[in-house]
Amino acid sequence: MSTTTLTHDDAHHHETPTGWRRWLYSTNHKDIGTLYLLFALTMLFLGGASAMVIRAELFMPGIQLVDPDLYNNLVTNHALIMIFGAVMPAAAGLANWMIPMMIGAPDMALPRMNNLSFWILPAAATMLILSFVVPFFPGGGTQINTGWTLYPPLSIQVGMSMDFLIFAIHLLGASSILASINIIVTLLNMRAPGMKLMQMPMFCWTWLVTAFLLILVVPVLAGGVTMLLFDRHFGTSFFDAAGGGDPVLFQHLFWFFGHPEVYILLLPSIGVLSHVIPTFSRKPLFGYNSMVGAMLAVATIGMVVWAHHQYTVGMSLGAVTYFMIGTIIISIPVGLMIFNFIATMWRGAMTFETPMLFAIAIILMFTFGGLSGVMLAVVPADMQYHDSMFVVAHFHYVLMPGAVFGLFAGVFYWLPKWTGHMYDERLGKIFFWTNIVGFNITFFPQHFLGLAGMPRRIIDYNVMFTEFNVLSSFGAMIFGFSHLLLLYIVISTIRGGQKAKARAWEGADGLEWELDSPPTFHTWEVAPTIK
Amino acid sequence: MSAKAQSDDYFIPDPSPWPIVGMFSVFTMLMGVALTINGVGVGKWVIFAGLLLFAFLLYRWFRDVVDESLSNRYNKQVDTSFRMGMFWFIASEVFFFLSFFGALYYIRVIALPWLGGEGYLGSTQELLYPGFEAAWPSHGPGEMGGDFTPMGAWGIPAINTLILLTSGATITWAHWGLKVDNQKQLINGLIATVALGLIFVVLQMYEYGHAYADLNLTLGSGAYGSTFYMLTGFHGFHVTMGAIMLMAILGRSMKKHFSAHNHFAFEAVAWYWHFVDVVWLGLFVFVYWL
Ligand code: HEM
Ligand SMILES: [Cu+2]
Repeated sequence: MSTTTLTHDDAHHHETPTGWRRWLYSTNHKDIGTLYLLFALTMLFLGGASAMVIRAELFMPGIQLVDPDLYNNLVTNHALIMIFGAVMPAAAGLANWMIPMMIGAPDMALPRMNNLSFWILPAAATMLILSFVVPFFPGGGTQINTGWTLYPPLSIQVGMSMDFLIFAIHLLGASSILASINIIVTLLNMRAPGMKLMQMPMFCWTWLVTAFLLILVVPVLAGGVTMLLFDRHFGTSFFDAAGGGDPVLFQHLFWFFGHPEVYILLLPSIGVLSHVIPTFSRKPLFGYNSMVGAMLAVATIGMVVWAHHQYTVGMSLGAVTYFMIGTIIISIPVGLMIFNFIATMWRGAMTFETPMLFAIAIILMFTFGGLSGVMLAVVPADMQYHDSMFVVAHFHYVLMPGAVFGLFAGVFYWLPKWTGHMYDERLGKIFFWTNIVGFNITFFPQHFLGLAGMPRRIIDYNVMFTEFNVLSSFGAMIFGFSHLLLLYIVISTIRGGQKAKARAWEGADGLEWELDSPPTFHTWEVAPTIK
Repeated sequence: MSAKAQSDDYFIPDPSPWPIVGMFSVFTMLMGVALTINGVGVGKWVIFAGLLLFAFLLYRWFRDVVDESLSNRYNKQVDTSFRMGMFWFIASEVFFFLSFFGALYYIRVIALPWLGGEGYLGSTQELLYPGFEAAWPSHGPGEMGGDFTPMGAWGIPAINTLILLTSGATITWAHWGLKVDNQKQLINGLIATVALGLIFVVLQMYEYGHAYADLNLTLGSGAYGSTFYMLTGFHGFHVTMGAIMLMAILGRSMKKHFSAHNHFAFEAVAWYWHFVDVVWLGLFVFVYWL
């Protein structure tokens, strides 16, 4: 894609705001992107801390550190904080930073609303944390012991902390919907003149699809938890068979959201990879059109396979067969994306900087997680695996590479653009290796634990599971602490380091690399012309 | 923002305090609700404070927007952004309603027949609720809330259907007026629409009162009561919001804010109103009639 760039410094009719107002009142996509990313980083550590307590408890059989209620509370909060607090905001942060720069837009389409979608998050996080701590105060009721899926009837019996959790979900949902509206409008309405939809950078495409998914499924979750709230406090019986309702109804509502949600977490990272891999292979992305097609297929089919999470609740044979076939079919377009990445690397002049290392690790490990997914998709097999540590291993193998590592890759890839400094490549590589090794030691053994019959979400376990659990907890310590290095790298790159060129990576292509590193406060005030 | 805003520039607002005030107001309201439903007395006042802050915020935020619109800061592209934004907002609302419609469908078509002994899960009935006969309207085998009379379709609901359909026509009539700069037709059309909307809400409230007092149909009346009140209540809430928005638009029309080619706010509210209208048709068919 070639561009004619107009440098245009005289048209600065916006002052760069300063002080706390710059951040609290911001209408600038870069500042809001930074806020999102910092928020996500904070949540990553919060969620990580709860995971470390979980793994420390599971280090030995028996009950040592926490009591069973607190354990379940930690499991619930870990998942919710990571999904809604860390991964989704981080992806939204990347979107905020990069989309306007990539499509040659002066900012997001609705800048004030953009700020609102960010600032709802701290409120939601406060609610979420309240739901965790309220039971420790007198009169605070029982702890949340349902897991992140909030199934009734258990979630109806929990004390007032569940109400805080429900409202946290409402807030998080509102934030995601507003952010999605903004992203869709930006992508459809703000592209530089001449940029057709099918010329959009792939990261933009992945976010377009993600935003569609969010708008379609998040309201359903909000509706589901609203019914939960009414069942809890206002005497309705949506989820109570005695009143003609059905607890399984909640599961359908939850997973109608929950399964597309996994693609919501995955796709932005796929978008990042679609930039990282071509850059470091010095070849354009293989199969742009098929990539877009595959993504649309994943999103569409992904909307109608949700009940593979509920094989064991007693659906009809016809229903489970349908959901099984649908689920397995999804692996085809997902696999196609992976093959596109491999074909992009094929005969490329590859180098292995940190983002590229993450990309390759993602391809390997995500594929592995996809394979265990296909095992889980098979109904009779899943009857054995369901609610075991095997499921935990599966979703960590898809989510950690498929979402988190993709975001890491994005952060390393674009950090020079954002800060104007190159990060320390040696430290980056050390981080990569400790992270990857730690991750695999933590989660690989959980496959065996699950297959041998260890259930998930239980504080204690049979002594025969000890060895693998020790190994897993040991890996978790490496994995957990490796993130301190990430923190150090990010902070030191912000503060200084080798100056980054406008095109920080020699193989990088796209409008964002035409801008200075770091870019000026407002960019593309005059849209570039795409030829 | 200096005065140098050219009409062909995309408008980027200056830093604004309203989003973060919005966050505080919503947080306060939800906090208040959480306290109230758990029996903490001050909760009501917290809700009230949140609402006040929210009203203040809406007023100030929209005042900014109106000012910007009147000083012609919004070019065609900004207008398109607003339109698309509203469209996708309504799309998300559609799915919000779908979750409740989906619940109704699931309960009627899948869950209840099981409880009544149909299909491969029929043993549920033998084991748990022998003798239970599944027939909609139902308050379940536990007979939640005691005997009740379901809400008929051809009384107030049918009248309400006519009212909403008429209001859809009056707002379109107002729009036609606006398109030819006939301010009088615009205002009259809007007044009629607001009036019809308010009558609808009043009738709906009367209907609830009647249901509670005479029919023993309450939120606690099992699956029927739950879905009935959830769907109609959520819709009624939307009508109320829509009516408030219409009133705001009416006020602006009286101040001559809209012209034949600059009236996004009017159209946004009109879309919203039509959306509420269509949802009602779904309600009428699936909740009241069938
Ligand atoms: C090849 C594609 C995939 C298949 C066939 C698949 C299949 C499944 C199945 C059948 C389950 C339910 C297991 C059970 O509870 O018994 C499951 C759970 C899960 N999957 Fe996947 N999956 C795939 C890809 C993914 C991806 C890409 C992600 C996320 C990025 C993901 C995230 C999850 C999560 C989070 C759970 C567990 C949810 C919970 O119970 O808490 N999966 N998967
Ligand atoms: Cu799934």
